Amino acid sequence: MSLSENQRARYLRNVLIPGFGEVGQESLANARVLVVGLGGLGSPAAYYLAAAGVGTLGLMDADTVEVSNLQRQILHTTADIGRPKTESAREKLTALNPELKTETFASRLTSGNAADLIVAFDAVVEATDNFEAEFLINDTCVSLKKPFATAGILSLSGQAQFVVPGQSACLRCVLPEAPEGVPTTAELGVLGAIPGVLGSLEAAEVIRWLLGMWEPQPDGAGLVHGFDGDAVRLRTVRVPRRTDCLCASVWSTT
Amino acid sequence: MKITVNGRLRETAGNETITALLVASNLQPAATVVERNGVIVERTDYTTTTLEEGDVLELVRFVGGG
Repeated sequence: MSLSENQRARYLRNVLIPGFGEVGQESLANARVLVVGLGGLGSPAAYYLAAAGVGTLGLMDADTVEVSNLQRQILHTTADIGRPKTESAREKLTALNPELKTETFASRLTSGNAADLIVAFDAVVEATDNFEAEFLINDTCVSLKKPFATAGILSLSGQAQFVVPGQSACLRCVLPEAPEGVPTTAELGVLGAIPGVLGSLEAAEVIRWLLGMWEPQPDGAGLVHGFDGDAVRLRTVRVPRRTDCLCASVWSTT
Repeated sequence: MKITVNGRLRETAGNETITALLVASNLQPAATVVERNGVIVERTDYTTTTLEEGDVLELVRFVGGG
């Protein structure tokens, strides 16, 4: 399949990127990415995936739009208050890119449905607002060997990590268990631009992986990116993989 | 004693452990990755690792919000 004239025009600045090309654009068109959570992180992530030309987006969120969402969740507008986030998201994303195919899931990700859902996608963007879902996505993606981006936000800070099971350290290599006592955005708020930065990072990492541009660290370390909004500084630490981690079973070497 | 934390030079009392630094910074040790002079510190060593003059630390606290 080659690009149509419309696609050539739409994606001109994608294909000009060294290493991207029309072949890269075609691989995005064939890709299926699941975005879990259509809030602060999921909004920019889904927007950039749709804009870049990812062919199919799975859109998952059980919630409806509330007025207090609107200072950060840029997929949704004042007119969407009360509507399911999946519907609001689908409308905005297909307006942006009419060629986008969407599959919506207006339910919560649980240990009962996670594997059946995730197995049908090439990669996952974890954009939920709680550690429980983050670790569920980590464990499911590790067992299915699906790459995923994960991130979190609070006040003026956040973090992001991209995991390719068997090639880079997973979330549990970094934090063996979901930590307790970490404040939430319901307590300490969050500036909308912060998930803008981290959700965009998640989309960029998934796109790089879909294009074959992502490369593992030679020792399998994971790169964890921390963002300080008060100092406007992104810092990246190399976290070694753990050979005693749950993910050790999917590595070909130990 | 001078140390650098997340890119900022900081004056601290000597003999401070990583745990003490985290607690003083309102960061939960169980949720925070600590890189000291380019090397990740094992979480179980936070209470026993004492900071030294000139240390360069990167602290990444994991948060859940989305």
